[in-house]
Amino acid sequence: MSLENPTPVLLVDGLRKIYPAPTPQAEAVEAIRNLTFSIPQGQLVCIVGPSGAGKTTLLKCIAGLLPPTSGTLELEGKPITGPPRTMAVVFQEYGRSLYPWMSVQANVELPLKTAGMGKAERRQRTAEALDAVGLGDAGDKYPWQLSGGMQQRVAIARAVAYRPQILLMDEPFAAVDAQTRADLEDLVRKIWKELGVTVLFVTHDIDESVYLGQRVIVLSNRPTVVQDDVAIDLLDERDQLTTRSDPRFVELRHHIYGEIQRAKGNTGDAEQAKTA
Amino acid sequence: MRFFKSVFFLLALPVVLIALWWLSAIVNPSFFVPTPGELITTFFTTWFGERFTDDVLPSLGRLALGIIGSVVVGIVLGLLIGSFRTLRQLLEPLLEFFRAIPPPVLLPLLMIIIGVNWRMQVFVIIFGSLWPVLLNTVEGVRATDEVQRDTARSYGLGRAARLRYLILPAAAPQILAGIRQCLSIALILMVISELWYTSSGLGFTIVKFQRDFAIPEMWSGILVLGLIGLLLAVLFRYIERYLLRWYHGLREVQRES
Amino acid sequence: MSEVRRLRRTSSSSRGPVLGAVGVIGFLGIWELVSRLGLVDSRFVPPASEVLVQFGMYVVDKAFWRDVGSTMLSWSLGLAISVIAATVLGFLIGSSRIMERLTHSTIEFLRPVPSVALIPLAVLLFGTQIQAGLLLIVYAAFWQVLLQVIYGAKDVDPVADSTARSYGLSRFQRIRYVTWPTALPYLMTGIRLAAAVALILAITAELIIGTDGLGKQIAETREGGAITSMYALILATGLIGVAINLVVRFVERRTLAWHTSVRTEAAG
Repeated sequence: MSLENPTPVLLVDGLRKIYPAPTPQAEAVEAIRNLTFSIPQGQLVCIVGPSGAGKTTLLKCIAGLLPPTSGTLELEGKPITGPPRTMAVVFQEYGRSLYPWMSVQANVELPLKTAGMGKAERRQRTAEALDAVGLGDAGDKYPWQLSGGMQQRVAIARAVAYRPQILLMDEPFAAVDAQTRADLEDLVRKIWKELGVTVLFVTHDIDESVYLGQRVIVLSNRPTVVQDDVAIDLLDERDQLTTRSDPRFVELRHHIYGEIQRAKGNTGDAEQAKTA
Repeated sequence: MRFFKSVFFLLALPVVLIALWWLSAIVNPSFFVPTPGELITTFFTTWFGERFTDDVLPSLGRLALGIIGSVVVGIVLGLLIGSFRTLRQLLEPLLEFFRAIPPPVLLPLLMIIIGVNWRMQVFVIIFGSLWPVLLNTVEGVRATDEVQRDTARSYGLGRAARLRYLILPAAAPQILAGIRQCLSIALILMVISELWYTSSGLGFTIVKFQRDFAIPEMWSGILVLGLIGLLLAVLFRYIERYLLRWYHGLREVQRES
Repeated sequence: MSEVRRLRRTSSSSRGPVLGAVGVIGFLGIWELVSRLGLVDSRFVPPASEVLVQFGMYVVDKAFWRDVGSTMLSWSLGLAISVIAATVLGFLIGSSRIMERLTHSTIEFLRPVPSVALIPLAVLLFGTQIQAGLLLIVYAAFWQVLLQVIYGAKDVDPVADSTARSYGLSRFQRIRYVTWPTALPYLMTGIRLAAAVALILAITAELIIGTDGLGKQIAETREGGAITSMYALILATGLIGVAINLVVRFVERRTLAWHTSVRTEAAG
């Protein structure tokens, strides 16, 4: 946090989430025990953790889609009680996030339309956003006519057109093939730089987290706590070939890989016991 | 070549059946069954004339009103009930019960309460045929995809916007399937509602033919009803294909993968 | 740890039936009040309690059960005939592309013909005998099953079929081991739809034509002006309909318990 900008964009303090038992015979599930971190404006943060670590739960709480059991969640100093206006989310299941009864253009401009924006301005923003993701001429197509990678680009375009302060991405490239993923990763960095937006990127792919992020937060296994918070001090100018073979990249990657391995056997109980 | 093949498949069996019918009418004339020729002539002489405006059109009018009514009521109620889980759980057994009542059974009851007039007839059509629409709408609303819902919420879509851009279009395939069933039931109820204490209408006329033993006329009446049913089915298919273009496209893509 | 356990709450799955019962009782209560307070003419809407009493009297009346029996007889006969005929025809048509194309136009033309259109014909041919009702029931139920079976037979996975063929299975064996299991869920859907339709037509036929059964009783109460009895009989038909739905759904679940894929009703 710098002195000029004391309020972090996102503040997570003591977040706890317990899922109640679905039937009287089952157990309640403590997905998140205690998550505390803050994100300054304009940072690109990646969140990694073993499967079942509550990454999606965390994202949904931040997105205002799921109420936390206890703890503080603040966006720009204001508590998050529902989906915040200045936040946009890109989900993993692009096939189910875009509306198949609308064209690509209609999908991208829907949030703007329901927010009351005028037609001319909507069209312009939509066109710009689609251009930014490289789908300038796909406006009239329908999502199901496009490949998986292109559909995810449309979802990103929709978020871009919305001009949020903070962008959440929930394992957006998990269901996409490796080559497309590389292109999409570069697209995220490009948009992040051009828009100056704060990005919270959840992934299970360690390489991706180091390649993309300025900072990687490693989560422990369920009940989840923050296991590690790594600053990525790679160059700002990154590309798939040189950055990934940079010795510092390999170092960071190893470190995080080791943390993840530790995290797999590590639960919030163990971590708490250590600090007690 | 493909055109001729389609025409062949379209007409082959019907032509054979009609030929058999015609043959058996010649070889073994029956009081109960007219010849094809007779039927065609009777069809045109019976229904195109005064009877068209006096009986057919009013019946069709009531049918149209009934269909519109049941679609509107079914969708509106379905949206309401489908959106509020407590409401749905409260009403579920009652809905199951009402839908299981054979609609014609309500006719005697309604005749006594409302009296015999066109309002009762339309009401019967609506009450009997709204169930598929209502129940399908409830199902369609319940089945709204969770990711789509989350998307709408996170982009700040209000309740009305969610209804218009998400819930209704997503449920449309299911709702239309319900409307399809509604059409057949509505036609049946239109006919039945005209069988007692009425003095005009399609159903009334056909039954009168039967009572007067005007056999070819009776058969022509059956033909008319068949044609109306066919017309409704064809119209529906066109409307469905137009409204659900996106759905058919989506399904095709899914099938190929 | 204890805090976690304290957060267990009653699941929503146990609320459902309770709310449903509340709904029914609430409905009956409102009905009773509306009638007793004179908000509607109680000549036309007798109180719920009177209707229930009348219903109770029917339940202990042998004549009532005789009528129920007649209705159930024509229902089950009609359903059985249409299911057998439609299954056989459906398999034949569905498993051959040529047969399907030949019959398509005829089916599409005959299917929308409302069964009530045949009432005059049925009366002409059979008067008020049970066959008159059967004609209507079979005609209506047949199409429901036929369409579903055709969809089911068409839905056979071509890979499964070629595999069977390459293992030398005869046509009959292929039908038994490949086509039949694929089509079974569709057939069950068809039977479910047909069962409901058959009941409606059975009672309609009795109501209009006057064949023996509950429908005929209802028509007679109308002529006699016995409104409470009419309501009680309508209640009875509704309950029978619900019972049939439950039984069919139960049979469907049991027969398809092994079937992992969930098939949505083929939109007919």
